[in-house]
Amino acid sequence: MVPLSHYLILSATLFSIGVLGVLIRRNAIVVFMCVEIMLNAVNISLIAFDRYMNQHDGQIFSFMVMCVAAAEVSVGLAIVIALFRNKATVNLDEINLMKW
Amino acid sequence: MELLIFYPLALASIILALFVVFNKSAIGSAVCLIGMMLGLAGVFILLQAHFLAILQVIVYAGAIMVLFMFVIMLLNLKDDDTKWKIRERNVWLSSAAGVLMVGVLYKFMDATADAEFNSPATVPENFGTAELVGTSLFTDFVLPFEVASILLLAAMVGAVVLAKSKVD
Repeated sequence: MVPLSHYLILSATLFSIGVLGVLIRRNAIVVFMCVEIMLNAVNISLIAFDRYMNQHDGQIFSFMVMCVAAAEVSVGLAIVIALFRNKATVNLDEINLMKW
Repeated sequence: MELLIFYPLALASIILALFVVFNKSAIGSAVCLIGMMLGLAGVFILLQAHFLAILQVIVYAGAIMVLFMFVIMLLNLKDDDTKWKIRERNVWLSSAAGVLMVGVLYKFMDATADAEFNSPATVPENFGTAELVGTSLFTDFVLPFEVASILLLAAMVGAVVLAKSKVD
């Protein structure tokens, strides 16, 4: 049987990789993908705790996380398309319309 | 025995996640992300969350990644591959975040190494099936479920409005 700590370490590692991607990448679409990695990492933790405590609440929670991820991606990619129409770039350093 | 299944899955997921971050082309990142999602679906099956594993494949690896692929191909970013560069402005922030994350990882290992959870609870035969999760979803969590449906509707309307009109 796999100890719970293994799942938590996997989850924390994936979350760190997601944070790293959000911080160092400049392509807006890849930044979105890294946010997806972070959401998935949270799901692992929820489901692992669920299994080890014999409850269902965590699975419902990760179901909700999936709903929010789907909503976030659809709206976020629509924003990226609208931005691309205006500025013809998805480089986050060049998108500073709302800065000062 | 389960460790033999868990380690390759976890290792593949982590390596693919690193490829997502360090890939030059966005489409390559998306393909690696699909692989990572499938690996995580395997991890979910290992945790006996069969319903969530199927949802992971259908919703994440299916619907969401198809959306990503569509947008990447629609935008047709040709010169993006050659200009891959780390953001210089964020180097210090990234280093600080890295140090923090290593601390969090260490704390995780410290706190869970000899925790009581290392001996998992015995679960019923139908744990994590669509039947049990669905029963829980439609009895105890029926209000969050309806709120989620309204959220999805709002996201759909928002996506249509944002993508249709030109922003002034």
